Amino acid sequence: MQFFGGSEISPSPPVPTAAGNNAHMLYVFNRNGVCLLYREWNRPLKTLSPQQDHKLMFGLLFSLKSLTAKMDPTSADKGNLGVPQLPGQGCSFHSFRTNTYKLSFMESPSGIKIILVTHPRTGDLRESLKYIYNLYVEYVVKNPLYSPGNPIRSDLFNSTLDQYVRGLG
Amino acid sequence: MPPVAPRSGDAIFASVERVNAELFTLTYGAIVRQLLTDLEEVEEVNKQLDQMGYNIGIRLIDEFLAKSNVSRCVDFKETAEVIAKVGFKMFLGVTATVTNWDAEGTTCSLVLEDNPLVDFVELPDTCQGLYYCNVLSGVIRGALEMVSSYLNGRLGLSVDNLVSMKTEVTWIRDMLRGDDAFEMQVKLVKQVPEEYPYKDDE
Repeated sequence: MQFFGGSEISPSPPVPTAAGNNAHMLYVFNRNGVCLLYREWNRPLKTLSPQQDHKLMFGLLFSLKSLTAKMDPTSADKGNLGVPQLPGQGCSFHSFRTNTYKLSFMESPSGIKIILVTHPRTGDLRESLKYIYNLYVEYVVKNPLYSPGNPIRSDLFNSTLDQYVRGLG
Repeated sequence: MPPVAPRSGDAIFASVERVNAELFTLTYGAIVRQLLTDLEEVEEVNKQLDQMGYNIGIRLIDEFLAKSNVSRCVDFKETAEVIAKVGFKMFLGVTATVTNWDAEGTTCSLVLEDNPLVDFVELPDTCQGLYYCNVLSGVIRGALEMVSSYLNGRLGLSVDNLVSMKTEVTWIRDMLRGDDAFEMQVKLVKQVPEEYPYKDDE
């Protein structure tokens, strides 16, 4: 969120070249909060342990979904704050942007949440997140050796994902 | 960018990779045949088919959601329609009809006139208690359990309840037993409220 257009105080990082990876990191959570996948391509600053980081990320999204639905000026029906909201029902947030990164989010009705953190000048990634969800279906869900609810350990999925993300604008 | 509209069952069916129908029917037949040989008891086979269907259902739901772009259904009625029109069409190539809603909107019947699983099949006298298509009931049960739904006010709870749907699926009519169609009754039995998974411990 830039109030003053101020580039002297907190400058944006340079846009990565096409050769490098455009994304910083990716999280995939299931409906129970289990982090199924965490991929990191470019993350110079790490402040928390992985478990805390995942919990924080999940909690953040949970609260953001609730908050954005409650703040909706067009919706007539408002429930209590803190009650889980349904995506696709009324309003659902899909991204937020700061001066150093953009976070894009997608949740399926089955509770699979995909979060992609990229550089701030990325465009709308909703189609890309849908594509990643399709990749998840093809490489993970259809894999008989994968048990649902467990972290994903599939080299094929990881490499296909890396390749796709590398091609994102 | 406006959200993408959900795709119709026909459109998706045309775009996914399909397998030969006879191969599908015969493979399923071989599975049932083998289960009968291994387990011998017809009741055991029914249970096993249902369990297999459940395991398929919990994965199938993601493929269904990814390919069909449906957003969350507002209530159970919409859910049943989506299963019958889009779901069945996409995976089996046939559509079902939804009938027999009860007063509260928690029980309905899915009627299949045409069922690719049972082509060429005849039940012998030794297997009269067998629900040959029991895998289908398991698939529906598994898939619905993975999707949360908006619990409507008619069931006596507040409209904001987010619940995961536990259903009971039973066979009412079975063509292999002489009826004129396949009819499954889907009953919403339990709503497990969804909660924030992490406890407030820190």
